[in-house]
Amino acid sequence: MVRTSTEGRQQQGISFLLIDMKSPGITVRPIIMLDGEHEINDIFFDNVKVPVQNLIGEENKGWTYAKFLLSHERSGNAGIGACKRALQQLKDIAAEQPSNGKRLIEDVRFRDRIAQVELELMALEITNLRVLSGYAKDSKALGPEVSMLKIKGSEIIQLLAELKMHALGHDALPYVREALDIEWQGNAALNSHYGAYAPPLSGQYFNNRKTTIYAGSTEIQKNIISQMILGL
Amino acid sequence: MEFDYTEEQRALQDTLQRFISRDYDFDKRKTVLRSEAGFSADAWKQYAELGLLALPLPEDLGGLGGTAVDVMVVMEQFGRGLLMEPYLSSVVLGAGLLRDSASDAQKRKLLPEIAQGNIKVALACYEAAGRFDPAHVGCSAVAKNGGWQLSGRKSVVLDAPSADYFLVSARSGGKESDRDGVSLFLVPRQTQGLTVTGYATQTGARAADLSLEDLTLGADALIGKAGEAMPGILWAVDRGIAALCAEAVGVMDALNKATLEYLKTRKQFGVAIGTFQALKHRMADMLMAAEQSRSMAIIAAVQADSRNPRERSRAIAAAKAYIGQAGRLVGQQAVQLHGGMGVVDEYIVSHYFKRLTMIDITFGDVDYHLGRFSDTLLTA
Repeated sequence: MVRTSTEGRQQQGISFLLIDMKSPGITVRPIIMLDGEHEINDIFFDNVKVPVQNLIGEENKGWTYAKFLLSHERSGNAGIGACKRALQQLKDIAAEQPSNGKRLIEDVRFRDRIAQVELELMALEITNLRVLSGYAKDSKALGPEVSMLKIKGSEIIQLLAELKMHALGHDALPYVREALDIEWQGNAALNSHYGAYAPPLSGQYFNNRKTTIYAGSTEIQKNIISQMILGL
Repeated sequence: MEFDYTEEQRALQDTLQRFISRDYDFDKRKTVLRSEAGFSADAWKQYAELGLLALPLPEDLGGLGGTAVDVMVVMEQFGRGLLMEPYLSSVVLGAGLLRDSASDAQKRKLLPEIAQGNIKVALACYEAAGRFDPAHVGCSAVAKNGGWQLSGRKSVVLDAPSADYFLVSARSGGKESDRDGVSLFLVPRQTQGLTVTGYATQTGARAADLSLEDLTLGADALIGKAGEAMPGILWAVDRGIAALCAEAVGVMDALNKATLEYLKTRKQFGVAIGTFQALKHRMADMLMAAEQSRSMAIIAAVQADSRNPRERSRAIAAAKAYIGQAGRLVGQQAVQLHGGMGVVDEYIVSHYFKRLTMIDITFGDVDYHLGRFSDTLLTA
């Protein structure tokens, strides 16, 4: 998104450009996340030339396109599938981790925390379907209801990541840099005292703090709900 | 997937909404609250005429063959209007349990009478020592002279003071908390040896403790098979919980509507208090809690008719545990956002709040149902 006009409202002078990353004048500076992961960058543009035909849609309409894309991003952020996967992994870990001579899942205090997040996920799955079926019926673009899905989905995935980390006990402490690689299969020396699944989990917790911040923070989403749905 | 009510269900909803605004507004409800019975006999008659009392009953016995989702439509409006009549007790629990467990002769005798509003039935399945577990039955039933003799106590039987019959669980075998060995009996109100000690509850509806002293019943008082009543009772209670969840959703929607209206009109420092971001975000939280609760109430209603007790019980426990917590948030925050207006008897908000609070406690609170749900994770 680039500013192509300073006239009218702030949102009006924005355009979408498709820019070849090999263009002269582009510098990319990696930004390392708190878990050691590299998934974001600073991109600097120094007099980069972009062909006219790389303009997406109409000039100065970029914000309209962006809002459309963002609403889909938000509904996707409910992330029901990813949450279900994470919940199952959490249950598997809790069934395996020892705790006071029993399995962690048998510890009522921990089991209830799993149960609580599962309740929230059960409700969100139906709320998600209700929102989508409502839009499908009226053939409308997604509206402000997706903000609810984004808030709840991001909170649930964070909570699941937190519980997975806590399920490990002391095994949550070691930092294994290679574990950031998605292909990583574990390491025999380390696995002797904890499972191959353990090393990435604390990092996932740290990394997932982003979910309530990106795609419009929880606070922005609540502003949208209170203005667009509640009329406050 | 279909989440909207059907055309028939919407018509039922409209009818009840019209009834509430015409015949059961907050002022009218106050007079009902102060009355001796604690509910409106007129309203009960109108429910019979509207077919509400026949809704979940079989068509061949004067019923409409409705599902738990149809009951959800009704209960949601009971929540919105804070209706006081014993619909949950007599129709959902009483008639529902008779429909599933009684003999044809018993059904033919009782169900059409319930559907027409001539008799009311209350379910007496909880005892003080059992807390929220209906399977804890200390009340005894002994076979005697071709009939039965019952002794024991039942506590906080909802709507008991106005009931014509009680459905009483009593142990004919096994130990105090065994699932097996519990039998169900139909006990007419005037039975010798039965003492009904009535009182008002926090929301104004009536309840009673029952004392049974060597109460003598004929063989035909037994509902279903001796010693095998528990699965039916648990199913009825699950249906009752699904109905309570729907009622809670109706209350939450009404509370949120009232609170939003208040935020837009009440001024402080020269502006509407709804312009303050702290309050806007609180209201957004309340809306989300109500919508998530509606999703849970849908799950509960759909599963309430399920023949798979494990799946059903898990869904019902989940919904009750979730809605108990969401209802606490919506109720407490609605009062908080109303400020002084939230804590007075003369405004409807406090009455909604009290109803949500009591719904949480009725048939098992958050801890009880969270535990019930959580324990299913051990066998998953």
